[in-house]
Amino acid sequence: MSRPFTPKVLTANRLRQGDAVWLTEDDRWTTDPLEAELIEDEAHADIRLIFAQSQRNYVVGAYLADARAGARGPEPVHFREAFRSRGPSNYAHGKQERF
Amino acid sequence: MYHYNDFDEAFVRERVSQFREQVARRLDGSLSEDEFRPLRLMNGLYLQLHAYMLRVAIPYGTLNSAQLRQLAYIAERWDKGYGHFTTRQNIQFNWPQLADVPDILLALADAGMHAIQTSGNTIRNVTADHFAGAAADEIEDPRPYAELIRQWSTDHPEFQFLPRKFKIAITGAPNDRAVTKAHDIGLRMVRDANGAHGFEVIVGGGLGRTPMIGKVLRAFLPTADLLPYLEAVVSVWNLAGRRDNKYKSRIKITVHELGIEEISRQVEARFLETRAEFKGGDQAILAEIGSHFAPPAFAPRSTAAYEAARSANPAFRSFADTNLAAHRAQGYAIVTISTKAHGATPGDMTAAQMRVVADLALAYGHDEIRISHEQNVILPHVHKADLPALYLALREAGLATANVGLISDIIACPGMDYCALATARSIPIAQEIATRFDELGLEQDIGALKIKISGCINACGHHHVGHIGILGLDRAGVENYQITLGGDATETAVIGEKTGPGFAADEVVDAIERLVRAYLALRLTDDEAFVATYRRLGAAPFLDALYQREVQIHAAE
Ligand code: SF4
Repeated sequence: MSRPFTPKVLTANRLRQGDAVWLTEDDRWTTDPLEAELIEDEAHADIRLIFAQSQRNYVVGAYLADARAGARGPEPVHFREAFRSRGPSNYAHGKQERF
Repeated sequence: MYHYNDFDEAFVRERVSQFREQVARRLDGSLSEDEFRPLRLMNGLYLQLHAYMLRVAIPYGTLNSAQLRQLAYIAERWDKGYGHFTTRQNIQFNWPQLADVPDILLALADAGMHAIQTSGNTIRNVTADHFAGAAADEIEDPRPYAELIRQWSTDHPEFQFLPRKFKIAITGAPNDRAVTKAHDIGLRMVRDANGAHGFEVIVGGGLGRTPMIGKVLRAFLPTADLLPYLEAVVSVWNLAGRRDNKYKSRIKITVHELGIEEISRQVEARFLETRAEFKGGDQAILAEIGSHFAPPAFAPRSTAAYEAARSANPAFRSFADTNLAAHRAQGYAIVTISTKAHGATPGDMTAAQMRVVADLALAYGHDEIRISHEQNVILPHVHKADLPALYLALREAGLATANVGLISDIIACPGMDYCALATARSIPIAQEIATRFDELGLEQDIGALKIKISGCINACGHHHVGHIGILGLDRAGVENYQITLGGDATETAVIGEKTGPGFAADEVVDAIERLVRAYLALRLTDDEAFVATYRRLGAAPFLDALYQREVQIHAAE
């Protein structure tokens, strides 16, 4: 029996701005992690990763990050991903500037 | 202050225009990221958690007011209005956009600065005693040698693809403020029996995954032999260093595996060749460089105004007692400006503050500024008569925190608030410790105590050599902080000892408070510093306090 698949989101940094972005179901890169596609199937995750890596003139360093379904969209599992979706804790810079 | 000659100037500008083309080719898709990454790293450009980060060298920690103003301009024009000073005497901008970086590099070149070799497997920015050229205890200003090393190592054709990065630190004083024993090569100026100046060459120190205190490779190296000797050391390691394993590639591992005697034998053999190849051109260049570092004209003046301000203003007296260091010239002082107001981010300075410091350096400090590895800013040459006015201007800018060398003067690396390699955050821990002890009102009473925090095993925050070191780790998806005790970054350098299980983020400040309260109870006199008490008693009573052992014993009774 293989282990159950932990849901994922696809994330990367934008080439020009360097900020964190997430891949949506309709192949957009969004700066809002709640809009990300929650990938619940391993084979689909592989396909999405290949797609993301082909977007090499738009994003850098695409990878699959663990996520879980939240009330408003996918939520990060690991604190590193939580920080990426929010910004640094010492100033209200990064994604949280919008909040 | 060294000024670029025509060659330096042309070289740096050429590199900027090369990078401009490389960025354009990356943006139009003709370069892949794999092709571009090494090129951007050669120019100090990293990709971090939230943005690109540009690391700019501040060679041997020295700046003038025009350069600091230019850094302020860059911070405002292309970043978020501040910069971050690091333990390697660099400044980092945390938010540049890729397309702007060539313009930033050009703005740096306009002020005689660059970001070359602030990354990659090269000889990195040479760091130096931040009191260089001013300290009362100094044998000789080490910065001309540091500049010579910068010129020699920049774009050195043999040393662009070393087994790993290579860091050199230099001091001209017996009291080591440059952490020379934790560098790939540490250079400590010494005198021989006849009074001639030379260097004690220390090799194989380093922090990170395998922390080691460097070993003496040469007890006395005549200053004229510096470059051929460095060339010999680096070329021996370039061949012998392990390229098969990134964790074993630093020279400390080569020294550890081959032994200091064998390294010494190989270096001395190679040195015979390199010394023959250096035909004195380096000495001519050194003489020319030296002329740029002539000390300012120190003038005798009355210090009555300083004494009067000391007696009239307790806040000024406290600042003077904490933030001044002994200067070699009568009537002068070295002023350390703390970036660590309680609750602030260690090493961060706003553009407005940079301009204030630049103005003050011009008005009162012979246009000299230094950045320390402890992430503070120094005005090395201020006459005491000018200190009261300087203090008022600093206070106005939020830069008069009187905490240098105290518990809130914490080194903290960027950690997981910025750094892509981090395993946990550093900055909030530093902020909370500083705020806690400020609220307790214990800071002055505690006295000298160095806390150093790193956000991962790479140890940019020098935690191994903190009196109290804190290392942020990821333990099963939760931030966890491991504490080390008894480290020392000076000429008596030691690696701190690990205590035991780490602490959660919301427990670590309480843990530090327990350690400090144990120290206050255990010290023999108010003058016995934390690390002295630790050395006298060993770890046991501190571990009891840290892990609340007595409490547990009582609870079990
Ligand atoms: S110690 Fe680790 S987290 Fe801190 S700056 Fe260095 S690499 Fe980043």
